[in-house]
Amino acid sequence: MADPIHQFELKTIATLGKIGGSQIAFTNSSLYMLGAVGLITLFMLWGTSSRAMVPGRIQSMVELCYEFVADTVRSSAGKEGMMFFPLVFSLFMFILVLNLAGMLPYGFTVTSHIIITAAMALLVIGTVVVYGFMKHGMHFLDLFVPKGVHPAMLAILVPIEVISFLSRPISLSVRLFANMLAGHIALKIFAGFIVSLLAAGAWGILSPLPLALTVALTALEMLVAVLQAYVFATLTSIYLHDALHPGH
Amino acid sequence: MSNDGSQPGAGGSDRDPKDVELSARLQRLEKRLGEARDTGKDRTKSSSAGGSDPSAMGKAFRLSTEFIAGIIAGAGLGWGLDNVAGSRPWGMIVMTMLGFGAGIWNVLRASGFVRPPDRPGGDAGTGN
Repeated sequence: MADPIHQFELKTIATLGKIGGSQIAFTNSSLYMLGAVGLITLFMLWGTSSRAMVPGRIQSMVELCYEFVADTVRSSAGKEGMMFFPLVFSLFMFILVLNLAGMLPYGFTVTSHIIITAAMALLVIGTVVVYGFMKHGMHFLDLFVPKGVHPAMLAILVPIEVISFLSRPISLSVRLFANMLAGHIALKIFAGFIVSLLAAGAWGILSPLPLALTVALTALEMLVAVLQAYVFATLTSIYLHDALHPGH
Repeated sequence: MSNDGSQPGAGGSDRDPKDVELSARLQRLEKRLGEARDTGKDRTKSSSAGGSDPSAMGKAFRLSTEFIAGIIAGAGLGWGLDNVAGSRPWGMIVMTMLGFGAGIWNVLRASGFVRPPDRPGGDAGTGN
């Protein structure tokens, strides 16, 4: 049966030089990311080029994306959160395009590597921390002190709040990475069953079963690809809301 | 948070002029956009809670990662503290337990059992 992990393998396309002992490699992952950025840029430029009062097809797609993310940011981070709209929109489109690119046959799923999702989650949390301290100074630490609690309880509650805050980048990155990884592995395994059943003589009669499941899983994976991009954007907005209003 | 924009500038005296200018610009844009469209206003308010994932599977994934992330963060923090303070097993033991607490707290918050108290008030007066 085909190796289900094989699809996540990084292949070096070109080497750009060395820093210390490790080489800077341009991999298929980098290629997909560059492609995604190029695709999004083209899509946005094309969609906004005409700026018609009555939008055409591409323009209404672009406007739909804008409205969707803007609604998410506005409802989760508040109106002030709209200053972070460029960040959230970039993250959303980047993740969405990469997730969907992974659904193409022979495609590579960049977001199934935890280093990518962790980098994005750290970017979000870094923004929250830096902006929070910039705007509120030490008052940002009020985030860790729940209000209306007996002072003796704070000895336990403050560490819990700190750990809860530290767990955010972990949950943010693990969720996206685990969803994409698990989904693609499941898809590959069930697709592999079809081939093995067909090769097993009379058992081939059963092969439509995994085929049906693979079709259903593909639909589910499409849903997950879009949903995870949305969840990432929503959680980013919620965390940014904390940076704007740390006093619980 | 108050969506009708009834408190322009939010009365913050300690804000950057850049922020004030940006929010003023956003407000002007919002006003012009508001004239053009008045749909979708009531919808944004209703879906403001944290865990509003459309599918149950997404929700399950979200809650489980929230819980696990709490434990991992607690254990990691305890391990780091041990390395710094040289209190080998104790930091990790205590912090992992607190991590369980944080994980449960995360799940409760993500599933909406504990509503963050700052949501409805729109605490514009951040000076307290």
